[in-house]
Amino acid sequence: MNQLGFPILSLITFLPLLGAFMVATLSGDDEKAACKARRIALIFSLIVLMLGVYVWTQFNPAIAGYQFVEVMPWLSGINVEYRMGVDGISLFLIMLTLALTPIAILASGGIKTRTRSFFAAMLLLETMTIGMFAATDFVLFYVFFEAVLLPMYLIIGVWGGEKRIYAAVKFFVFTLAGSLFMLLAVVWIWRHLGTTNMAVMAHANIPANAQTWLFLAFFAAFGVKAAVWPLHTWLPDAYGEAPVPGTIMLAAVLSKMGAYGFLRFAIPMLPQASAAFEPVMFVLGVVAVIYISYVALAQTDMKRMIAYSSVAHMGVIIIGLFTFTVEGIEGALFQMLSHGIVIAGLFICAGIITARGESLALKNLGGLARNMPVFAAALMLFTLANMGLPGTSGFIGEILVIVGALKVNFWVSLLGGAGMVLGVTYSLVLVRAVLFEKYNRPDLAALKDLTAREYTMLLPLAALVMWLGVYPSSFTHAFDAPIAALVQAHIAALNPHMALAMVTAK
Amino acid sequence: MTNFISLLPALFLGVGGMVLLLGGVLAKASDTTPGVTFGAIALLAVAAVLCWMAPDALLFGGLLKTSLFTRYADSLVYLAAIAALILSVDYNKREKIARFEYPILVLFAVIGMIVMISAADMMSLYIGFELQSLALYICAAMARDSVRSTEAGLKYFVLGALASGLLLYGISLVYGFAGTTNFAALGDVFRAGAGTGTIVGVVFVLTGLAFKISAAPFHMWAPDVYEGSPSSVTALFATAPKAAALALFLSVMAGPFAHLTGQWEMLIQIVAVLSMAIGALAAIGQSNIKRLLAYSSIGHMGYALMGLVTGTAGGIQASLVYIAIYVVMSFGAFACVIAMRRNGQAVEKISDLAGLAAEHPGFAFAFAVFMWSMAGIPPLAGFFAKLYVFYTAFNAGYDTLVIIGIIASVISAFYYLRVIKVMYFDKGQPGFDKTSAGAGFVMAVGAFATIFFVVIPGPLMALAGEAAKALMG
Repeated sequence: MNQLGFPILSLITFLPLLGAFMVATLSGDDEKAACKARRIALIFSLIVLMLGVYVWTQFNPAIAGYQFVEVMPWLSGINVEYRMGVDGISLFLIMLTLALTPIAILASGGIKTRTRSFFAAMLLLETMTIGMFAATDFVLFYVFFEAVLLPMYLIIGVWGGEKRIYAAVKFFVFTLAGSLFMLLAVVWIWRHLGTTNMAVMAHANIPANAQTWLFLAFFAAFGVKAAVWPLHTWLPDAYGEAPVPGTIMLAAVLSKMGAYGFLRFAIPMLPQASAAFEPVMFVLGVVAVIYISYVALAQTDMKRMIAYSSVAHMGVIIIGLFTFTVEGIEGALFQMLSHGIVIAGLFICAGIITARGESLALKNLGGLARNMPVFAAALMLFTLANMGLPGTSGFIGEILVIVGALKVNFWVSLLGGAGMVLGVTYSLVLVRAVLFEKYNRPDLAALKDLTAREYTMLLPLAALVMWLGVYPSSFTHAFDAPIAALVQAHIAALNPHMALAMVTAK
Repeated sequence: MTNFISLLPALFLGVGGMVLLLGGVLAKASDTTPGVTFGAIALLAVAAVLCWMAPDALLFGGLLKTSLFTRYADSLVYLAAIAALILSVDYNKREKIARFEYPILVLFAVIGMIVMISAADMMSLYIGFELQSLALYICAAMARDSVRSTEAGLKYFVLGALASGLLLYGISLVYGFAGTTNFAALGDVFRAGAGTGTIVGVVFVLTGLAFKISAAPFHMWAPDVYEGSPSSVTALFATAPKAAALALFLSVMAGPFAHLTGQWEMLIQIVAVLSMAIGALAAIGQSNIKRLLAYSSIGHMGYALMGLVTGTAGGIQASLVYIAIYVVMSFGAFACVIAMRRNGQAVEKISDLAGLAAEHPGFAFAFAVFMWSMAGIPPLAGFFAKLYVFYTAFNAGYDTLVIIGIIASVISAFYYLRVIKVMYFDKGQPGFDKTSAGAGFVMAVGAFATIFFVVIPGPLMALAGEAAKALMG
């Protein structure tokens, strides 16, 4: 079956579901039950994290294909199997999900009502997200991809802020509409190839004229999820209104689903269309980087500012993916991980302020560095990483993307790189407004610095930011094989003669 | 002797129904309804077992034919009728309409449905059709002191009579041109094609059947009848007769009219598209949950017919899977509607559900599961029903139909979502009465089946595939 002889991916995927069931069936709705629910959720998420680390240690980075493969008959009669597997691309996205779920659960101190349902929804979300990254059959992938909506809709709508209902419905309708087009594309490819096995589909030979339509369908689904400009309008509302743990999961993990979709489906399956749409995607990416950075600068609310910065970074990721170079794609993937960790840190910082009863309007904040030095240091670190300071994780991803883009087009590289400068602008504005500005309401002085629980949330994230920044190759060496294979296949698909020549020359 | 065994389920229900009727009349006890209802449930359960033990047979010189296909459809009818009867026990009592005749009428309607499903001749088709309809007209007007219920019964009766007339007229035309009413013989006659007169007949038959499954544009009775009838009766209307009529639809189209595919295919496409569109658009403005479910069921019939359009065994299989999943989702959703009671009064407004999730999390969760499943969100069963239908239609080259289906799904997701929004996000205190054990049970079974279908979809799909093969011969 696989190198462990054990369906470990399914175990990692469905263990949180068991946890969700246990949490949901707890009795009582008082403080004690809430505490118990949180503990159970935390224990389950930590167990699967450990299993995930074990998978990482057993992972063989030299193999480009899927590992830990599981195959079981599923939808009989229409040739769909239950297939799970990871490669270097999905491994770290799964690890990211596994690492951030316990942190998000820790960050849920603000959830006071219907706590049991909340933790059940969080665990359900973890199951769906991991399943989505680990699925290697298209129908299975689609099931998980859509199912993510269910817990997230409830998390935003039940526990969100003032405009939560609007945000939740917008989030749901946008993503659902996008994914149904993807369903259409799936069914088309299914009819064309007779299989939904993603490993087979990646090497499919789809006629070029059909590719354009399929690409647009995928763009509708993944573009919405990845919040590519101009499909991003649901994002600031959803990020702004979701409760802190929901925002963490949305920004750090769910937004990666879109980029992952592009990387996994659009680029390998539709090489001609991807190449044809390359300029469009570059333009969209550059617009996101520059225009959204300015929009971020104009925000008056800390959470919304971070949300827009997240859209800007998604632009960098899109540029990287569509360079079709090893550097660009590795940079995009690295940026996905880095952005996940950094944005989680930033939203936790925002959550720390709200937990102390303050609003996130920038005009109400200021001078926090005086009473909360550790908090200030943490916010500073994540902000610096967000703007891509060398030594932090943000730098590696951005520089790789810029190098990759430089190989393709100087202007894209320049304008994409401009994002780093603009990132500095709004990041510094944010830091100044929150930490340093003179204006100081007296009650801000009463705020206490980090509690033990907040340390346990922020320290691992800070350590990860530094680890990714200082020693990136412990991650990149796992991407190398699959991404090199991807880029090679892409070049071969575009220039069949050249690929043939390369093979014969060998 | 084999004939007799194949007939046993229907005979058993008929004789059992008579015995229960006598029991209900003669019993001295003041309230015989629960006893009669449980007796009827037991009869249905035994009949379901009997129907699986019976061999394939051609009965009464070709009037009825049983096969795996009929057993599949019969089982759905039994399942739906049992669920509706369980729901009725407590609801009818609380609404003070608990009459022991109701379960007996349901039994007779079920016999009608079984005759419909196994019909192999236009005459037996019509008899089954009428037996079923007459019993159901009375059921609709069960709350005879309520103006709404009486109106629903009358409306259903008048429009139903019209549909029966159309059907009968179509049958007479078909008979007049083909010279036979037997399905197999008709199939042979139409092998060589058919003239205009026959086609007109086929269209009338199709209209009569479309009326019964409330497919657009013959759907106008459904919202009013669903709303006016007592909820326990609506739960029956939305499930068992739909399953039976759809099975009949499939067996007529794939049986005697199989060689006229070219003629009726376009009609079914139009009916499917209209049903999906009306189901999606008209439901948006509804504030009554029963009307909303009525429009939703119109939409579902559109999807179920999409499988038939292809005219292949795969398409029939997809339709059969769809209707099975639809039946389960529907009785689950109606169990939730039946549990909506405040201070001893049934409430039906969607806004009455506000705040339900905080007060009754289990109830709200089950309702949300049914709504999401009807919207076709994976991993719930409704998604697979739609996937199957889309897949077969797309494979057969009906791309436009599939695209319309997808757009209709997105639109309809909006109103299903609204129900969930009201339950989960809106503030309010529904203050619902305690859910009766029966409604809770049906809800739980439905939700369980809807959620866990994803784990083992194989058996149902395989069974539907075999049933489709049995139908196509």
